[in-house]
Amino acid sequence: MTLLVSVFAAVFSTLIWYSNKRARELKCGMLCWLFWGASLMWFVDALFEYAELGADYFAPAAADMLNDFFLGLSVVALALIIWIVYLLIKDPDGVIKERLFVRKI
Amino acid sequence: MACFIVPAAEGIVTTVVSKSVKNKETEALKSEHGEIVERIPFSVKLSWLNKMLFGGAALLAFEHVWHGEVVPFFPFLSAMNDPAQMSQMLHEMGTVGVAMAGVITLVWGGMVAVTNAMQDAALKKLKPVKEENRR
Repeated sequence: MTLLVSVFAAVFSTLIWYSNKRARELKCGMLCWLFWGASLMWFVDALFEYAELGADYFAPAAADMLNDFFLGLSVVALALIIWIVYLLIKDPDGVIKERLFVRKI
Repeated sequence: MACFIVPAAEGIVTTVVSKSVKNKETEALKSEHGEIVERIPFSVKLSWLNKMLFGGAALLAFEHVWHGEVVPFFPFLSAMNDPAQMSQMLHEMGTVGVAMAGVITLVWGGMVAVTNAMQDAALKKLKPVKEENRR
């Protein structure tokens, strides 16, 4: 379930990055790298788990699914926080730099 | 248990490599409209790999915190307290961790190959630019 949430987040962030110039200016690409990196890693993890469990891998308990979904949403929230911190540090529109100084005429 | 450490370690190595090749000169070409076109430098392509490795490792580290495998006190990995769990952790790092790093590197290699082919096709008709014209 975490893998699924991560893959959907990767696909949506890539679509937004591709279709929206403003999103590219706002460093949306960082989100794409985060989600694709995590998705690939969880995919490998899923392959190893499938090799161990076989078909049972596709029949998780409801409580596990709910927990994994909750984890997936938390991962998305963490990625968004990483992105917003990266955006504020890079400050592409110069908003932070502008706020750091008081202009007197 | 600690599989994310392997991709993170690879990320550190590729970051060092990326910094060292950053100042490498890039080849400039001129389009038929007179604009100067440059290839994406290799350091930028390496930064794609860095972002995937560090990004994925960060999110997986959070998953390990979620499952209580990474703890906020020394030795930071709960498996380090038990020798049996430690050997299991090392085995997981050697199998799952190495596979994760390998798959990400393979995917990145594919991306670089595709972008290189696309660049070659697009830049084939362009003329080389002399160094003094680049400025």
